[in-house]
Amino acid sequence: MKGPVKIKELLPSERIRSFEEVALGYSEEGAQEEAKRCLQCKEPKCIQGCPVGIDIKKFIFEITQRDYKSAYLTIREKNNFPAICGRVCPAEYQCRKFCILNRNKDKPFASPEAINIHFLERFIGDWGIKNYQNLTFKIQNSKFKEKVAIVGSGPAGLCCAGELARQGVKVVVFEALHQLGGVLRYGIPPFRLPRPILDFEINYLKSMGVEFITNFIVGKTKPLSELEKDFSAIFLGLGAGTPSFLGIKGENLGNIYLANEFLTRINLMSAFKFPQFHTPINIGEKVVVIGGGNTAMDAARSSLRVQLGQGLKPDTTVIYRRTEVEMPARRLEIEHAKEEGVNFEFLVQPVEFIGDERGFVKKIRALKCKLGKPDSSGRRKPFPIEGSEFEIEADVVIIAIGLKANRVLTSATPQIQLDKSGDILVNPETMETSLKKVYAGGDIVGGEGTVISAMATAKKASQSILNLLSL
Amino acid sequence: MKILDKKVLAEREPRIVYLEVLAEEICKAFKPGQFVILMVSEVGERIPLTIVDKNLKNQSISLIFQEVGLTTKLLGRLNKGDGLYSLVGPLGNPAEIKNYGRVILVGGGVGIAEIFPLARAFKEEGNHLTTILGARNKDLLILEEDLRKMSDEFYITTDDGSYGRKGFTTDVLKELLESSESQGDRYKLIYAVGPIPMMKKVSEITQRFKIKTLVSLNALMVDGTGMCGCCRVSVGGEIKFCCVDGPEFEAHLIDWTELSLRNKIYEDKEKHICKLYKLVT
Repeated sequence: MKGPVKIKELLPSERIRSFEEVALGYSEEGAQEEAKRCLQCKEPKCIQGCPVGIDIKKFIFEITQRDYKSAYLTIREKNNFPAICGRVCPAEYQCRKFCILNRNKDKPFASPEAINIHFLERFIGDWGIKNYQNLTFKIQNSKFKEKVAIVGSGPAGLCCAGELARQGVKVVVFEALHQLGGVLRYGIPPFRLPRPILDFEINYLKSMGVEFITNFIVGKTKPLSELEKDFSAIFLGLGAGTPSFLGIKGENLGNIYLANEFLTRINLMSAFKFPQFHTPINIGEKVVVIGGGNTAMDAARSSLRVQLGQGLKPDTTVIYRRTEVEMPARRLEIEHAKEEGVNFEFLVQPVEFIGDERGFVKKIRALKCKLGKPDSSGRRKPFPIEGSEFEIEADVVIIAIGLKANRVLTSATPQIQLDKSGDILVNPETMETSLKKVYAGGDIVGGEGTVISAMATAKKASQSILNLLSL
Repeated sequence: MKILDKKVLAEREPRIVYLEVLAEEICKAFKPGQFVILMVSEVGERIPLTIVDKNLKNQSISLIFQEVGLTTKLLGRLNKGDGLYSLVGPLGNPAEIKNYGRVILVGGGVGIAEIFPLARAFKEEGNHLTTILGARNKDLLILEEDLRKMSDEFYITTDDGSYGRKGFTTDVLKELLESSESQGDRYKLIYAVGPIPMMKKVSEITQRFKIKTLVSLNALMVDGTGMCGCCRVSVGGEIKFCCVDGPEFEAHLIDWTELSLRNKIYEDKEKHICKLYKLVT
């Protein structure tokens, strides 16, 4: 049996000189070879690993037949954004983990032998973008007169908009920022998700008649109750927009960023092009990123690029309380970060930030950790070792330890019911909130997740909205 | 986002400029104390500015700012008929307006613009209003007549003595509080908006007299919706976000030293970009 087919990638030394995409994907022959590795299981398990239930077996078979159009349509039947998900899905924790070829039985993620389903999806997604002109999707002649409002233009909002627009429903999307895409725009760097891909998907929705209104904060610019008058249904895709803190001394010192701020300055405001772009960002000679998820990887890899762009020697270190196996980041991002020169220090827990006389961070006081038994997340819990204290030099620190619910709309809308962590409570069958005809999906329901899981809940909500409108 | 009117309120640099901007939705939702975030151009920064007033007939809001950084300088170059690249709001919580009884408003520099909507709102609630305005010099003093009309008592100070009393707003504040103390005629609320050192000084003085004191902070911001954490400030030992928890806070609980350090994080870069900008224009 042939081994997994690698994708083309930019060389690490080239990568860190720009924010260009790192993973270049499969050539046609590469995709053919990889698709042929699929055993076409009689009872494929991979599909149950996909939050939106793409018929993976079918689209891979269609690739082997070089029937890319069918493969594209097969994916799009379940997933509106194959070119995006093919790039950002943590496939090794999802579909690939269920692949019969996966040899990692004791790890939370798949081994390299599992079929590279995400790369194949991306190949097809990109094929669709190139051949978009020749593909016509039937947009139902509108039998609906009602309008639906979508709050937030991130993965959940875009997905819900697409699902409804396909059925001929008039959709208006409200976005707080001046650009569309939510976390896909401000959070995920272009070296993972090139902006033309995102723009393509948004323009595609526009061509289906979806209306977008930027610079509009529901709950501030207009209360939700006003929207309830103007729209037959509302979908809330507010996202997990509030950063978490470590809760240790010195966290507000200068040059301690939350990853959201660091990435927003770079991705949304193009601060790496300062002063041509006017938003500044401070980078240092020694940058330390705290956390082990995708956001931490994005921040660390962005940091290297900004360091180099400002004529500094790249020196960025990720510190994480557990070890590499427990890191929740995609394996590919960890590999890419290592190849690019990001340093990793595992089993380290910061306990205090120490500043200089001007109020900027200069050191982190930290403890070494050891791993105990698995906790509720199934990962082994870290314990700080007494007396193991040491110091890490750092002139810029980026905290990437997770996000909580965005509070802007919910605090302005006291009648909507929330859970303890501030997420919106929904009926899991319909995604309807405690307010009638108001639905929610994505990270504002159940907390921080992935792009694809946000899409899954958004799709469920869109189905409920369609049912509601069809009554 | 079109500019309907422009007035230069203070010609002497750094100039203070007034803009009336078309904002159909924001003008309807605006309450005193709230702010907007705007961008001058596609390559611009997102900066917060307090909303000074609304005009429902024109569907507009008015903004007043001092040209102290690159973005405010570029904003000051726009003219009637020009458009902003982006404008979002109203952001932040409205000010806590109610009938307190005797209220002192302290406005310093361009912070006087933020005092204006508060003064009117406090007056409408029937408060006895004492207003203390301070500016570096006579030329930089704004909104004097508007605020004089609304106030029951009115004081002006300038740093150089070119107008009103020579000295600081806090000098007047201290005297007022001392005399009211001796007369048993207490003030119930002090509200201050201005440069951080002024607000800090106000806070120190009123703490001695144990009078509730509110300030409106102007922290650095990016998104303004609680997402990035750039505007965080320590209030009563807790981390608060100026954009969604503020901008109004209890002055006595604020870590002023930290706030003034955090507001200077990008000072070097700001100087650099202003210098570059001068070279090319």
